Parts: sequence; structure tokens; C-alpha cells
Amino acid sequence: MILLNAPGRQTLMKILLWILTGSTIGILIFIIVFIFYHGLPQLTWTFLSANPADMGRSGGIFATIVSTLYLIIIALAFATPLGLGTAIYLTEYTHEGLMTRLIRFGTECLAGIPSIILGLFGFAIFVMAFGWGWSLLSGGLALSVMLLPTIIRTSEESILAVPQEYREVAYSLGVGKWRTITLVVLPSALPGIATGLVLSIARSIGETAVIIFTAGSSLRFPNSIFESGRTMAVHFYILAREGISMPMAYGTAAILVLLILVINMSAYLIMRRFIKKYT
Amino acid sequence: MREKIIEKILMILAFSAIGLLLLITIFIFREGLPVILKVGLSDFLFSDQWAPTNGHFGILSMIISSLAVTVMAIILGVPLSLACAITLAEFCPRRWLLILKPTIELLAGIPSVVFGFLGVILLVPLIRDYLGGPGLSLLASSIILAIMILPTITSISIDALQAVPLLYKEGALAMGATHWQAVWYVLLPAARSGVVTAIILGMARAIGETMAVIMVAGNALKIPTSLLDPVRTLTSTIALEMGYSSGDHRTALFAAGIVLFIFIMGLNILANTLMRKK
Repeated sequence: MILLNAPGRQTLMKILLWILTGSTIGILIFIIVFIFYHGLPQLTWTFLSANPADMGRSGGIFATIVSTLYLIIIALAFATPLGLGTAIYLTEYTHEGLMTRLIRFGTECLAGIPSIILGLFGFAIFVMAFGWGWSLLSGGLALSVMLLPTIIRTSEESILAVPQEYREVAYSLGVGKWRTITLVVLPSALPGIATGLVLSIARSIGETAVIIFTAGSSLRFPNSIFESGRTMAVHFYILAREGISMPMAYGTAAILVLLILVINMSAYLIMRRFIKKYT
Repeated sequence: MREKIIEKILMILAFSAIGLLLLITIFIFREGLPVILKVGLSDFLFSDQWAPTNGHFGILSMIISSLAVTVMAIILGVPLSLACAITLAEFCPRRWLLILKPTIELLAGIPSVVFGFLGVILLVPLIRDYLGGPGLSLLASSIILAIMILPTITSISIDALQAVPLLYKEGALAMGATHWQAVWYVLLPAARSGVVTAIILGMARAIGETMAVIMVAGNALKIPTSLLDPVRTLTSTIALEMGYSSGDHRTALFAAGIVLFIFIMGLNILANTLMRKK
């Protein structure tokens, strides 16, 4: 290294940096290809539409798809109004000050709390204190706590990206503040807000630690939100960890990864179009 | 009048995040403190006797395991993450950056159970066959965690590098430095606080990760003496025992949660103040 002159060292470092970056991307591609190679052949109509039988050894994963959907709907139903309300308040109603700093700090800390702690919290409050037991409702609420910071942040950024003139034009026409927000600001910020919600769906699909302590892992088809249910990710975890069925585990993993990839990529595309519009 | 009511409602909503944070703190402490008070703080933190059914609640081996796994993940993950960040921010065409950055961020979307699963079927046998030991080990968990925290560190570091005024780099280049010298001697030191923040947030993610670690760490309850030893972290103990615990045992798991919570909040506050200083 010392023997090389500066340009030589630069070339060496560039090669090294590209090898490391290449291997990182290689790891990602390998993970996706490996899971798809083993899992996609398992994906048949029966796999998707039949309920699990014999602890998940046979049948399909329909009940876990339904449980996952329930959890996502419950979590978003709670987190969206809270997150959007927070974002509107932070961007449209206050100036930077102690209060906004406090709210932002709280949001950032909440974002940093690991899912196992949220699982403990959800268990202590929803399952035990509220007496809802292991249920989709408890799981959905615990999940909404995890999603809230992301929704606040993406909504805030998208509302801030709406040009100030839009609001001024509305005000100059005599439109009130709240009507300006609902009729002008929010529709313009919608793609960005939607991105946040879509990313939240992807995170919910892959989450396990929060859900396993709050929604439980019952394999029965959930008939109401007060019953326990097993999401796809929890199902995959149990299948793989207890060695119940490798083909079923691979199939479930392939569905998980496929959904998450498609969702994340579409969220990215929506966001890019949104940014392009305003810059 | 209507406007005033709406503003009040929004203000209440805006405090939801901080309210939830308080609620989480209160509930975790309320559930966990009794056992710490019962056995005493020092016996809880500094004893490695964990036999909850016999009234032994020492979490020292888990604290050490959690820290060891996190430190190793940082040692393995930071060079790789920084290499990615430097390459993307400095040595690649802008059009590539727009594709490669979200690609690396996709890695953050892969569920932790999938990471754990791949660790068990691919990495653990490799370690067992070539390095010895049971394979399920401190090393296996650190490698998996290093990959899992990479997107966090890379993404924040890219932002930090790009936030350095262009003048710094141009100044260095004008003085005859090579592009690499400008990056190493000027850009990186200038972006230091951002990069350190990225590493701290990566640490917080590593120490809090549960499902992937449970699957590859081996979960043996002892203080690890080698990289090939199986370990059991704070998070895995909570997740493994929560299902069947009751009484003091359950309280002790919440108490382990308090310790984890304090670690995480410390790291978050540190990252936050570093960010603000900039």
C-alpha cells in the first residue's frame, strides 16, 4: 500500500469499494433468488386458498393470509388518523419551537423502539390490562404503534413538499384554513402520504416479534377480530423453527418476500413520481 | 369556532407519539420493576444465575451476550456499510445511485425471520463445518445482524456524505489530492457526526433485533468465551420464555425489557443530540 503512489492507491481503493458494494448487492440478490428458487414452485392455487391442516404440514396458508390482512387493516385504521393528524399539526399549525421539537423527539424515539419491546407493551396493555387476550385487535393496535412514526414522517415530508403558493391562492380566494388543507394541501400531498401507508403495509407483513405476543399464533381461521390469529410471517417462523414442513416454509417465505419486494418497489416509484412533480 | 376545534383535535393527535412513548415506558417499568426491587438491582444485573423457576433472576450473561453480538455486528457491518455509502455517494454515476440506493434499502425490507432462516440453513452449517463448534453461535448472529443493519448505516451515511458542502471536496481536489484522498481526508471527517449517528442507530437496531437472533444464536445460557459459543441475548430470552412464563418469571422478563429499553433510549438520545449538533 505504501509502495503505491496516490493515483495507484485510489485505483486500489476504488476496486475494493466496488467489490464490497457488489457483494452487498450480491447478498440481496442471492437471498431473493434462493427463496424464490425453493419457494415459488410451492405456490399453487391450493396453497393460497386452502386452510392449513395438520399444524401446517399440509393444506395451504389461507387463514394466515386473512389474519395478516385483518392486522394490517386494524393497524392502519388506528395509525393513519394519528399519524396524519400529527403531520398536519406539525406542518400547518405550528412554528418550529419547543413543542414541535418535543413531538419530533418523541416520534424519533418511538421509531427506535425495537419490536420486542412493543410486543411486551402490547401484551401488558392490550392482552392483559384491557383483557382482550391474544387477539387480532390486540395485535393490530400493537402494530399501529410500530407504524405510527413512519406514517408521521412520510406524511410530514409530503405535506412540506406542497408549494406554499397553493395555500396562498386558496386563502386569497377566501377559503378557510381547514378547507384549504382538506381541499388543496392533502390532495396534492396524497401520493407521498400513500407511499408511507404502502411502506407500512410492507413492514406489517414482515413483522413477527410484535405480533406473536399480542395476536398469538392460533392457526384457526379468524372469524372475528377478538380471536387469535397467525400471520404469514409468524406461520413461517413456526414452520421453520419447529421444522414442521420445509416445503411449506419455503412457500410462505416466497410469498412474504414477493409481496414485500413488489410493495417496496411500487412505493419507491410512486414517491419518485411525486418528487418529480414538485422539483 | 370550527377552525379552533379542529386545531385542538389536531394538537391532541400530535401528542399521540409522545403519549405512546410515555405509556410504553410506564407499562414496561410497572410490569418489570417489582422483580428488580425484590432481588435487588445488583443481583439482577451482575449475577449470571438465571433460573426463574427457582427464584434466580440474574441477567448478566444475557447483557454480555447482547453487547457482544452488537459490537461484533458493528465491527463486521460498519466497514461494509461505509464502503457501500462511499461508493454510492462518491464513486458512482448519479443515475446508478438512484437505482442502487433503493436496491440496498430493499435489504431492510426482508423480514427478520427470513434472515434468521437463511442463517440457520446456510451460514450455521458453514461455521460448524469449517470453524467448529455447534455453528449456532455469537459469530453467526453477528454476521446476520451485520447484514441487517447495513441498509440503516449505509443510507444515513450517504445522506451525511452528500450533505458536506461541495466546496470542501473541490478545495481538496484543487490542492492536487486524488478523489480518494479527498474522500478519506476531507469528506469523511466532515461527515463524521452523521456517520457516527448512523452507526449508533445501527447499534440500536442490532441490540433490539430478536427473531433472527433467536434462530441462529443457539440460545445457551452462559457468558460466551469464544466467537463460536452459542449465546442468548436479552431479546431472545424475552421472546423464548414469554409464552410459558408466569408470576415472577414473567415480571423478570419485563425487567430484562427495562434494561433493553434503557440501552435503546440511551442510544437514540445520543443519536438525536449528535444529529442536532450539526
